[in-house]
Amino acid sequence: MQFSKVSGQKNQHKVILYALSTCAWCKMTKQFLKDNDIEFEYIDVDLCEEEDKQKIREHIQSKGGPLSYPTIIIDDNLLITGFRKDKLTEALGL
Amino acid sequence: MTEITLEMVRQRAEADARTYGYYLNPDPNFLQSLLEGLKRNEERYGYPSCPCRLASGKFEFDRDIICPCDYRDPDVVEFGACYCALYVRKDAHEGSTELKPVPERRPLEKQSRAYTVAAVAPEEKPEPAAKKEVEAPSEIKPKLWYCKQCGYVVFRDEPPYTCPVCKAKREMFAEIKTRIDFVG
Repeated sequence: MQFSKVSGQKNQHKVILYALSTCAWCKMTKQFLKDNDIEFEYIDVDLCEEEDKQKIREHIQSKGGPLSYPTIIIDDNLLITGFRKDKLTEALGL
Repeated sequence: MTEITLEMVRQRAEADARTYGYYLNPDPNFLQSLLEGLKRNEERYGYPSCPCRLASGKFEFDRDIICPCDYRDPDVVEFGACYCALYVRKDAHEGSTELKPVPERRPLEKQSRAYTVAAVAPEEKPEPAAKKEVEAPSEIKPKLWYCKQCGYVVFRDEPPYTCPVCKAKREMFAEIKTRIDFVG
């Protein structure tokens, strides 16, 4: 599975973003993380191979999340569904 | 095939919003991004499935998320916007209601189709060619439904949330049971 890495000064958390290449909310999430200088890795699920889609589904569901995008997983622990500025701000200490 | 332009996608959305009394997302950049997503999906799948949902690429599996999706009407009523926020209510268009992410209303079982296409797609099964053409994907059993208020008839696995003709609610739909008798 090929994640794209976006570098940022704030790299104390491991931030993974599952997104769709066509989704406007996902685009806003990517922009929000960039604007706040957060380091993160993302993958556009719609462009993935079937096998990887299955793995992503398992990962999201194992964290108790719905299959909705964007899904952000912070430190492999906290899952945030949707572009929730309030939750991201709190979780990332912005 | 005619080339799909962003303008065509925009006009289609505008016309649909007018017909049903909705508005398009008031943020020009966000709207542009959604229209581009719809265009991209129409190019790659052959139909404009929701830009914010993972599609399977199989028409029968994605029919409920082709824009305007089956979930738009109840979502606009409840949250002021549809799932991707392309269509919004008047108050959201005028900016008096702030738009927030809309929770997914689409049943998990339908969402799962996008992840397991290879396993259940009809052409993957070794079935006789003649039978394969007429058979819908295994999970979907379309039925005939009619609106008791206006008579609109639809052939889908489930009745719509709202009648597209007279706006009656889902409860007003009843299944049409057909029986063919052979005599003589």
